[in-house]
Amino acid sequence: MTGREKILGRIRAQKKRGALPADQQDLIAARIAKHEHNLIPKRGQIPLKEQMDLFQLKMEVLLATVERVKEAADIPKAVQSYLAHHNLPTRIKISPSERLTDLPWSDIPTLEIVTGVGAEEDEVGMSPAFAGIAETGTLMMASGAETPSTVNFLPENHIAVLNAKDLTGSYEQAWDALRLATKDSGIPRTVNFISGPSRTADIEQRLIMGAHGPKSLHVILVGDGT
Amino acid sequence: MQVTSRKFKENSHKAMQDENLRAALGRVKQGFTTARSVAASELPEFEDLRDKARDIKDEVLENLDYYLEYFDEKVTASGGHVHWCSSAKDAREAILKICRDVDAKTVTKGKSMITEEIALNKFLASEGIEPIETDLGEYIIQLADEPPSHIIGPAVHKTKEQVTELFYEHHQQYGYTEREEDPEKLVGEARAVLRHKYVTADVGITGANFLVAETGSTVIVTNEGNGDLTQSLPKTHIVVASLEKVIPTLEDVSTVMRVLARSATGQEMSVYTTFSTGPKRDDDIDGPENFHVILLDGGRSEMIGTELQELLRCIRCGACMNHCPVYHAVGGHSYGWVYPGPIGAAINPQMVGLEEARHLPNASTFCGRCEEVCPVRIPLPKILRHWREEAFEKQIAPKPERWGIELWGFFAKRPALYRLATRAAVKLLSLMAGKKGRLKSLPFGKGWTSVRDLPAPQGATFMEQWQKKQKREG
Repeated sequence: MTGREKILGRIRAQKKRGALPADQQDLIAARIAKHEHNLIPKRGQIPLKEQMDLFQLKMEVLLATVERVKEAADIPKAVQSYLAHHNLPTRIKISPSERLTDLPWSDIPTLEIVTGVGAEEDEVGMSPAFAGIAETGTLMMASGAETPSTVNFLPENHIAVLNAKDLTGSYEQAWDALRLATKDSGIPRTVNFISGPSRTADIEQRLIMGAHGPKSLHVILVGDGT
Repeated sequence: MQVTSRKFKENSHKAMQDENLRAALGRVKQGFTTARSVAASELPEFEDLRDKARDIKDEVLENLDYYLEYFDEKVTASGGHVHWCSSAKDAREAILKICRDVDAKTVTKGKSMITEEIALNKFLASEGIEPIETDLGEYIIQLADEPPSHIIGPAVHKTKEQVTELFYEHHQQYGYTEREEDPEKLVGEARAVLRHKYVTADVGITGANFLVAETGSTVIVTNEGNGDLTQSLPKTHIVVASLEKVIPTLEDVSTVMRVLARSATGQEMSVYTTFSTGPKRDDDIDGPENFHVILLDGGRSEMIGTELQELLRCIRCGACMNHCPVYHAVGGHSYGWVYPGPIGAAINPQMVGLEEARHLPNASTFCGRCEEVCPVRIPLPKILRHWREEAFEKQIAPKPERWGIELWGFFAKRPALYRLATRAAVKLLSLMAGKKGRLKSLPFGKGWTSVRDLPAPQGATFMEQWQKKQKREG
């Protein structure tokens, strides 16, 4: 008997039944396919402007930093001043996504822009967020050909770009957006919810930043959603 | 891991003499409980979310066979493999075969209680494969060659000084020859040592907080980011999970997530929550090429349809132990197997046998705080009571204990006699206590009187007082 048969057999014996009858199977399959929202906290169900404030507040509580810029073209300048302010190297590993590669980097010749996957030697990594979730100050990152997930984890410092129009109130609304965007390809290999920079409290419950993932997280929030 | 639950009394006696442990447990009592209560009070919907989380888990358990098959189908469709493992041995062998197939020498590991349950590290090492724990707490106890003492803070019993010594001893080979005392620098040292291991490991093994039936995704929750490096850098990702982890949809996971971190560390959300679905896609430029899910039963299917089924709702947040006065006193190792605290006392008898773990259901004051804070409302005291009854009925408890209960039962079933006896006992005890009103020693009561006096009962019995009150109120 295979492991599968043993396990299923035991569960069914305990329930004193065989496999579920077809009509009940259909009911559950329909319940899954419907993927209904359950109770969603009211906290995030507010106008976009307030969601932006809530997102920023929550991120800052999590010891991340948030900077707002008017439009994407402002990003390189913002990145340069962030790096200078924090005394960080000017070499940046960016995801090979048009959202980043098409930015006017040539305006800031002091920055060295390298595209690709995250690597051990990267001090600064930069990637585009698929969505943001105001409820808890959370980024949703979706992996793909242009968005390797290692850029979110290997570099010592992580800069994430989030368009204000991609901000949602809850995880469920972010899933809705992802389902819509990937309806042909299905869920990406990796979806990361990121709420702040890496930390640990494994030594005497003292909070220490930068355990294994990035030591800092800087979110550049672009536009006002219009 | 080696089961030492039989020695619960000796273990706890030793634990209570351990100064370092006392300090560490004091921090658990303060830190985790305050944080949880703040997080819960800041979300008005928290109690309703707990109900919903309980209902989701219950629904899955009612139809577990269907959900597991659904999950399997989705993992397979996304290019991964599910290995159905009936026992710990089956799981170890399945993991070894996958490692052998890719000729693995080193394996990085994210935090996983199931791999503790199947004693994977020792097994891999004995097969010539080096397992490297990457969660800082797990890494510390791996160096110390100890089991975890808490399900979310495995090294919660270790002091900073002990970590200093461990790192000093084990990190010299990497060029760290000084005793480092600053916790921040200690973390930095572990970070630097492990960084290279992530990149060079052949296989990454993680646990799973959830398995999503809808998409065939596995979900891990961490604060350090170690799990993500573990699973995205090596060529092969193995997820080790027990079968009750399955959840219907991404929306349902979102609901349960809202109660998980709040109940565990008091965070609103852990730093990293990661959903992995199959191996890397054709056009992906990173990610593992192979994706395996080890689905472990390990005694769980036999709990379905019994009074123990509710234990399978557990999402391993650790709130029950954080709030348990017995855990606060004796720590995690005293419980003698993988799961400590109230959840361990309730589930270990099923996993390792009641004979071995018979002390654990007694390690409770029945104060009920565990049930009060459990995010999925597991009636832990009720289940502990079930085990006590079974220990009595199956004659596993020692004779004096059973005689005592039988004697009490004899009186309890005869109310008139019971009242007479208690009245007599009250009189006798106060006579024996004399003017001081305290008893220095008591036959059959040495366990109590060897360390403190027993105050003698004063006044009338409860029933007498009750009747008086009833009369007075007419």
